[in-house]
Amino acid sequence: MPTMSMIEAIRDAHDVMMARDDNVVVFGEDVGYFGGVFRCTRGLQQKYGRNRCFDTPINESGIVGTAIGMAAYGLRPCVEIQFADYMYPAYDQLVSEAARLRHRSANDFSAPITVRMPTGGGIFGAQTHSQSPEALFTHVCGLKTVVPSNPYDAKGLLISAIETDDPVIFLEPKRLYNGPFDGHHERPVVPWSKHPLSEVPEGYYTVPLGVASVRRPGAALTVLAYGTMVYVAEAAAAETGIDAEIIDLRTLLPLDTDTIVASVEKTRRCVIVHEATRTSGFGAELSATVQELCFYHLEAPIVRVTGWDTPYPHAQEWAYFPGPQRVGEAFRRVMEA
Amino acid sequence: MAATSHTGNGQFPDAGTPVQFTRDEELTAYREMLLIRRFEEKAGQLYGMGFIGGFCHLYIGQEAVVVGMQMAIKPGDQVITTYRDHGHMLATGMDAKGVMAELTGRSGGYSRGKGGSMHMFSKEKNFYGGHGIVGANVPLGAGLAFANKYRGNDNVCLTYFGDGAANQGQVYEAFNMAKLWHLPVIFIIENNRYAMGTAIERAAATTDFSRRGASFDIPGEQVDGMDVRAVRAAGERAVKRARAGEGPCILEMLTYRYRGHSMSDPAKYRTREEVERVREERDPIERVRRRMLEAGMIKEDELKKIDGEIRSIVNAAAEFAQNDPEPDASELWTDVLLPA
Repeated sequence: MPTMSMIEAIRDAHDVMMARDDNVVVFGEDVGYFGGVFRCTRGLQQKYGRNRCFDTPINESGIVGTAIGMAAYGLRPCVEIQFADYMYPAYDQLVSEAARLRHRSANDFSAPITVRMPTGGGIFGAQTHSQSPEALFTHVCGLKTVVPSNPYDAKGLLISAIETDDPVIFLEPKRLYNGPFDGHHERPVVPWSKHPLSEVPEGYYTVPLGVASVRRPGAALTVLAYGTMVYVAEAAAAETGIDAEIIDLRTLLPLDTDTIVASVEKTRRCVIVHEATRTSGFGAELSATVQELCFYHLEAPIVRVTGWDTPYPHAQEWAYFPGPQRVGEAFRRVMEA
Repeated sequence: MAATSHTGNGQFPDAGTPVQFTRDEELTAYREMLLIRRFEEKAGQLYGMGFIGGFCHLYIGQEAVVVGMQMAIKPGDQVITTYRDHGHMLATGMDAKGVMAELTGRSGGYSRGKGGSMHMFSKEKNFYGGHGIVGANVPLGAGLAFANKYRGNDNVCLTYFGDGAANQGQVYEAFNMAKLWHLPVIFIIENNRYAMGTAIERAAATTDFSRRGASFDIPGEQVDGMDVRAVRAAGERAVKRARAGEGPCILEMLTYRYRGHSMSDPAKYRTREEVERVREERDPIERVRRRMLEAGMIKEDELKKIDGEIRSIVNAAAEFAQNDPEPDASELWTDVLLPA
């Protein structure tokens, strides 16, 4: 089985779906000729032609808005917003049009679009190239929100996203594109080829939306994580020796509460980790959900480890980033309670 | 595209000698416009009686725009518009009962009560909404046109918006993409001179909206939007171009709404005389009526018969919309997302 990086797996998912379905069109800023700023669409224009994979002007609202119109007429646009931080001009289209078209037309029309965007920090991108805006999407009913953490999932989830008849926000943790980054920024990057989840089947397969994955079984506490934080939590478990059960949520909405509840009822302790800012972050939703569904099983208060409530910094990137040390401290705190 | 004489500041252009309509065409235009007029008057009444709540933007005065454009297109062409949308729905052939029942929030409404006045759709009639966010439908219209081109059909997409929406940034993103990709889209700017209560002169640095595509090299034309013949003629020119692969164009329809922006608008930003003058001199329905009578195309009693037919359609719609059941509470949870 070939090994792929996240980038190669995402590119492969496009390739598979463009070959299977003529309605799949791929576009965005520098997506066609250049192959995408992170090369996730490299070679697709050469293979499928400029009608099916093409460059757009730098206009995110226009990209998403035209995609919705195309989708309403039966196409399957998979578009790239170059960085998640560039999404804000398109937010009106995502919220007011894509997310709501099915409901307000009583199912006459829908907007089956996939909107991919690199998310998160760790690349010294500072305020406008590092943010994690997932909670801005999960707050919007009518959108599905996906965050893959490895090449195998990325390909299978992206194929599922393109096939889904609803709009899907597909957030790609950019620090994971080239390897399973665990927050130890001082160490050299380990490439994906050394990781078992870089083994990606050729051709078509899916990873279903709405299903979490237990990435590390454990008995001491439950970690709810997604994207880059899955590896940070793994490092924290290894370094603290605490037997954490690490759940990679993979899809934030719809949320796999069954897997979460089964784990928390078993471990009776819960740590939630994300890179986004804390207040009203997705961790708040997770914490409320665990409290509502597992309160009588909990032996300690739920703890959140998140980015600080500041703009994403440049010089203090690693002070902001919730690395394995901060996550490990949270593990200890939850175990002591 | 025919050369445009820019008359500036929303004055209605002198159409010169417009293309004449046949008797059938005059009658079609008359019926369609009258249906919209009577429907909207009835909607206003039902609103006053408390059967319609919330927002309700009437199209009275602007009927020639959508009726003339509809006469210029063929089945398969798409229509998308903003929130003053009842006229567009009726003109595309959507059933008056379903539209009125959506206004009253009943289960027989086009969106089963989930959309209301501003949000109705019909796949069957190629009507893509009804969009409540000013200007947000414009990129969708470009996307629909893209899909036509991608599919290789010869459909065009009529994308309507108002003079207010014409100041929104995303409209220009759509203009650029439409021209860049030669999309078969016609941008119809319904300039009724007031964006809610703001006169165009107070909101727009340039009020000749037909020229808003100039920097993208999109041709534009100002059209007497109170003359259904002028609208259809301009529409036919634009549609012909778009079908031939010559890309988008802008039709600025100089029109006027007689009522307030919405039901809560006392329209203090303009004089009663201004409204009366347009009504008396320019009314699109009265102009057709007078033309037909003067040309001896029709007799008064035949017109009365048509008026009666229209009234019964509208009355039946109102009757239905008041008596149709409200949607079940469970409908709130349907059509949000498909099951995972």
